[in-house]
Amino acid sequence: MLETKNLYFRYRDEDLETGEVEYDEILHGINLNIKKGSFTAVLGHNGSGKSTLAKHFNAILLPSGGKVYVKGMDTADERNLFGIRSTAGMVFQNPDNQLVAAIVEDEAAFAPENLGVEPKEIRRRVDECLGIVGMTEFAHSEPSKLSGGQKQRVAIASVLTMEPECIILDEPTAMLDPKGREEVMRTIQKLNREKGMTVVLITHYMDEAASADRVIVIDNGSIVLDDVPKKVFAQVDRLRELGLDTPQVTELAHMLRHDGFDLPGDILSVDEAAEKLMELFGKMRK
Amino acid sequence: MFKDIIIGQYVPGKSVLHRLDPKIKIILTLAYIIMLFMLKSPLAYAAFAAATAALIALSCINLRFFLKGLRPMLFIIVFTAVINLFFTPGEALASAHVFRWTISVTKEGVRMAAVMFYRLVLLVTGTSLLTLTTSPLMLTDGIEKLLSPLTIVRVPAHEIAMMMTIAIRFIPTLAEETDKIQKAQTARGADFSSKNLIKRIKAMIPLLVPLFVSAFRRADELATAMDARCYNGGSRRTRLHESHIGKADILYASVYIAVCISVLALNAV
Repeated sequence: MLETKNLYFRYRDEDLETGEVEYDEILHGINLNIKKGSFTAVLGHNGSGKSTLAKHFNAILLPSGGKVYVKGMDTADERNLFGIRSTAGMVFQNPDNQLVAAIVEDEAAFAPENLGVEPKEIRRRVDECLGIVGMTEFAHSEPSKLSGGQKQRVAIASVLTMEPECIILDEPTAMLDPKGREEVMRTIQKLNREKGMTVVLITHYMDEAASADRVIVIDNGSIVLDDVPKKVFAQVDRLRELGLDTPQVTELAHMLRHDGFDLPGDILSVDEAAEKLMELFGKMRK
Repeated sequence: MFKDIIIGQYVPGKSVLHRLDPKIKIILTLAYIIMLFMLKSPLAYAAFAAATAALIALSCINLRFFLKGLRPMLFIIVFTAVINLFFTPGEALASAHVFRWTISVTKEGVRMAAVMFYRLVLLVTGTSLLTLTTSPLMLTDGIEKLLSPLTIVRVPAHEIAMMMTIAIRFIPTLAEETDKIQKAQTARGADFSSKNLIKRIKAMIPLLVPLFVSAFRRADELATAMDARCYNGGSRRTRLHESHIGKADILYASVYIAVCISVLALNAV
């Protein structure tokens, strides 16, 4: 679905006084292949290059070296632009700065209007997509009267109306309160599980990454870890080195293991932790 | 302080006037303004006022919204009337000596003052009818459609409408932000309520600078988000709400024009 081949990216930084040109290299040789229908989380601390990578999948940034393919389309070829952007929809961090229209319904209609879709078909898509994100009852509201989580769900719906096969979310929950985060995460999971949508979630929240089926950790513009969440989060010390936390339960299990308790190192959910602890108590009582 | 700013003060409703096509409403409002300045005879004025009253009744909007619209204009209206009252040359009705000047109220002055007062009140009421019954979005849509023939002479009709839509969309966002910055600066000791005008203007600087910086940042992010959704200007673009001029619109416009012609006929008598 999404593929990068030896992707390099650098900003050209020109000193206006001396005329010296410096290059600030953000991505060094990324090779990735994201499968159709998968849910991939991209983790990394601030400045690791994860957002830069995300912007390449939507042809907002073009590679300085290497290639990026979206469903086989080369992002460097301008003729593919609309094809790429309507195949891989992108949702951004700040919900306030990505909504164009003054009414929710018009916001959802914005992308298909741009693509020249028939009004009747736009109507159908708008109704369907607002339904998917659970915002049907707010169709005629003003975005400024919605909560952050609701705004972000509208932003997701406004991308879905292009009927993309893949959705890339660049830290969609970073500016939301816990309730908004939960709403958005539930929507994303629903899209992946029920609609079979390919999801790429850029985030720095570990518990969000834990719900993915593949976690890619980026540090300094290179991929350092790439595996299923269980295997990635089991490497608590390695993650700490990279400036990342592990989900709280994983950390708890890790500390208990460190103190000599027999617990698996790849616990990701509270339920799982509770179950293993109960087993452990059972064993200890005997 | 900033939260109450609403452009156009639209009052949602389901009246005949609300449901009319915005293009028709804009054109007829222009006709209304032109008419207003063509009238001379008192009879025509009376008929015109009656027609306006009928429109207000038709809009099902509480009269107090119209009065609210008049309030900020009150000073200008009274001022214009007073100026006309005292400074129209003609047959003097009464005069007074103030220092070396003679100020007199003339017969023509009284007439002019009454006419100006009447015209301005009707002007504000008539245009309020448009903004009260048409949402800002419908209004922009109507303007875009009306300007679209001008694209031939390179008037960027779609872009103008898009800018207006975005401006409308960002008014509450920026108002909220201004509020936040103001509170933050007040917490740091900025004085926004000083009686001294110069001090107050100076206090606006730490408010406006961050607001502008953030507005530019927002504009940049919005542009990226629009790009990501395949925005490519006005060509090829379709609309969710295609507005069509229906039978009701044509009927309304016909009645409106008929009334206008009758009023003009009265004017000629």
